[in-house]
Amino acid sequence: MPAVNTASLPDIVFMLLFFFMVATVMRQNTLKIDNNLPFADQVEKLDKKDLVMYIYAGKPSSNYKQYGTEAKIQLNDNFADVNEIASFIAAERASKREELIPFLTTALKVDSDANMGLIGDIKQELRKVNALKINYTTKKGSVFGRD
Amino acid sequence: MAKRAAPEVNAGSMADIAFLLLIFFLVTTTIETDSGINRKLPPMEESDEDVIIKQKNIFTVLLNGKDQLLVEDNIMEPKDLRAAAKEFLDNGGDKSCDYCRGKKDPSSSDNPDKAIISLKNERETSYKQYIAVQNELVAAYNELRDARAQSLYGKSFTEMQANYKDVNWPGNKEKLKEKIDKIKLDYPQKLSEVQ
Repeated sequence: MPAVNTASLPDIVFMLLFFFMVATVMRQNTLKIDNNLPFADQVEKLDKKDLVMYIYAGKPSSNYKQYGTEAKIQLNDNFADVNEIASFIAAERASKREELIPFLTTALKVDSDANMGLIGDIKQELRKVNALKINYTTKKGSVFGRD
Repeated sequence: MAKRAAPEVNAGSMADIAFLLLIFFLVTTTIETDSGINRKLPPMEESDEDVIIKQKNIFTVLLNGKDQLLVEDNIMEPKDLRAAAKEFLDNGGDKSCDYCRGKKDPSSSDNPDKAIISLKNERETSYKQYIAVQNELVAAYNELRDARAQSLYGKSFTEMQANYKDVNWPGNKEKLKEKIDKIKLDYPQKLSEVQ
């Protein structure tokens, strides 16, 4: 039986490699929470990546069980309290160019099992610091018929 | 001088190296989601004057702690919410709205400009359900705007917005912006959330 010619194998592998290199976005934050986003179909795309501030929330993931099972907020790489949001927003604003500050959007990446009490608190805190543009980040898909 | 032939480089391990890199990128890739529902929060300052809004112009949506939906004092399934919201917004009770296709029921909203959807949730409401309801309400507005844009300009509203954002779109963006603003004015998104 003749051996299969594998000369084109590197080419195929390189092709895949380039696809993944181009599609990869390195994560900015290491998540310490479960972040299973809900589904929605009336979504709009966030336009500029560098004009977005991310606030994560959800219950601590299995590696961080000692923090309990209640949904928590994560800012940057750490768990945070609701009243730390104001200083987080201030720090994010300070790191951006001044003329861009009015265009900053806050993206709320919240686990679908979290309850609205926490999100209400976050929203209240955002209103206090006048960060009014928010985006509920969701996956694209139909709302109904899943669980 | 005799020309020496360059020895051929052995490329047999190239596939291995490429595989190694491939596996690294496969493992580190997270395709980030960067889309969602945009909302604007109301500013903090309290307005002193109370705005008087007629009861019939308010469409109340209540979500309780058990994720049950109460719309205008009736229990409703979330999948029926979109149609109910559309009917309310497009009612045109005072007949000033010549493009409304609703029933012109005098006991429901006067016109799309006055119609307000009020959404109230409890602390125990799940985020998933809240997003589902938000999504349906935004969908109701989008469908009405789509229909309006279709009848005015022969294009759907979502398509116009996509064109506006598209850098390669060949048409006149200023005119498009005017059209988009007109549609937005015809069906303004008035969604208030009770704290």
